[in-house]
Amino acid sequence: MTAAIQIDNLNKTYVGGFRALKDVSLEIRRGEIFALLGPNGAGKTTLISIVCGIANATSGSVLVDGHDNVKDFRVTRTLIGLVPQELSTDTFETVFATVSFSRGLFGLPKNPEHVEKVLRSLSLWDRRDSKILTLSGGMKRRVLIAKALAHEPRILFLDEPTAGVDVELRQDMWAVVRSLQDSGVTVILTTHYIEEAEQMADRIGVINHGEVILVQEKRRLMQELGKRQLVLQLPEPLAELPASLAEFELERGEDGKELIYTYDTQGERTGITGLLAALGNAGIKFTDLTTSQSSLEDIFVGLVKKSA
Amino acid sequence: MNFHAVRAIYAFEMARTRRTLFQSIVSPVISTSLYFVIFGSAIGSRIAEIDGISYGSFIVPGLIMLSLLTESVSNASFGIFFPRFSGTIYELLSAPVTWVETLLGYAGAAATKSIILGSIILATANLFVDVQIAHPFWMLTFLVMTAVSFSLFGFILGIWADGFEKLQIVPMLIITPLTFLGGSFYSISMLPPFWQTVTLFNPVVYLISGFRWSFYENADVSVALSFGMTAVFLVACLLLIRWMFHSGYRLRS
Repeated sequence: MTAAIQIDNLNKTYVGGFRALKDVSLEIRRGEIFALLGPNGAGKTTLISIVCGIANATSGSVLVDGHDNVKDFRVTRTLIGLVPQELSTDTFETVFATVSFSRGLFGLPKNPEHVEKVLRSLSLWDRRDSKILTLSGGMKRRVLIAKALAHEPRILFLDEPTAGVDVELRQDMWAVVRSLQDSGVTVILTTHYIEEAEQMADRIGVINHGEVILVQEKRRLMQELGKRQLVLQLPEPLAELPASLAEFELERGEDGKELIYTYDTQGERTGITGLLAALGNAGIKFTDLTTSQSSLEDIFVGLVKKSA
Repeated sequence: MNFHAVRAIYAFEMARTRRTLFQSIVSPVISTSLYFVIFGSAIGSRIAEIDGISYGSFIVPGLIMLSLLTESVSNASFGIFFPRFSGTIYELLSAPVTWVETLLGYAGAAATKSIILGSIILATANLFVDVQIAHPFWMLTFLVMTAVSFSLFGFILGIWADGFEKLQIVPMLIITPLTFLGGSFYSISMLPPFWQTVTLFNPVVYLISGFRWSFYENADVSVALSFGMTAVFLVACLLLIRWMFHSGYRLRS
């Protein structure tokens, strides 16, 4: 099956000489939610801009549903909807007019029923006659999403869609994204809220310094790069670890009142049973124990630091 | 051809005119009426006829051209500059539209507004002075060609400008002086020979001369030359806009 988006050896060097993208190759599968993560200036927005036609690539190719995004731009741009990072709106237009404008701009005839459906799904219907100028930041963000959905795209780019949006609104937006995915729309999002990517994405891509350093199924990524820790609370601080515990490479925390054991969930043995036995043999007692798994954020920070 | 996009841009721009009706239509009509009161009646009554035409009637084509040029340039330049300034240009750049469709929407709307304005000024002039139109077809042709070509020029300005100051500086410091010095209020034959030659380097002379000929069959330069120069200017603007879109000049990074 043709990929929703196929990017091959994409390079972008700005006039000043800054290389924003370095040989980026990436495949976005149909119907998935793909989260593109990366620190500020990593190249996320440049990549999205090239795919959508806002910026020109220096070299490389982008195929959208098998069509070249430069030669067949009419086809590819009709397939794509873009929600930009900046809150760029037509200040003096009404919500309904600006969404209808977007539909026409993308080559579709007027369809008030579809515009109504989109506005209702984003809780904007009651504000349809309001000038955008009068809307809050969160509502403006919804308007941008409505504009991107006005021409019924099959691929939706969301560039930092929930920046500056309150929790309730954010959850509403993700409900919309989920329903879009259910209807077969491919969603590519960039976000600073990594827990969102953790909750929403099927696959994760990490970009840093213009290079894609990792693309992985989210679950596999969390399993492979995520680590689990066992934390033991001690009744008394432990001044020194006995030599018999050296093989477990324990860390001491909380002024010696915590012992931290890091283990691999993918390994044949976790070593927990052996550790607990060794602690008993060494006469070390504990009052409580907890286990934790590293979040996507921990993994992301680790990857970015490693590639820096 | 993406007709829906052309219609969407055109309707969007025309809606902007309706929102700013006073600034777009009423204000130029009032200022032109003042020109008629001052130059046509107060001062004009003391000026002799020019080539058998009363001074008040003589200045009508020049005054229409003055408004047509400034409004075409300012409407078209603002139309494309504001999306660049506000950031909404992203939508246009990511839409399935060609440079021709974009131009038809933006410059088409700007030219329409100017033609409506020119017609209103012509109607207003009839209230003050006697206006004859000897060649209605050519009058309309010059009106449309001038509105279109200067809307194209305004569009170029809107892409070139990187701030509001630059946007205003060209109409204020170039278009208006060239129009005033292009024979809006006088015949070039009234100038000394040296300045007559200098004036021929002013492209607006050809527009006003051709337009005035369509009213009174009275021209400073040949009508064919007027038509030719206007057509050359129009084509030059089109080629420059085509280059701007293909190269991404100040549009795509």
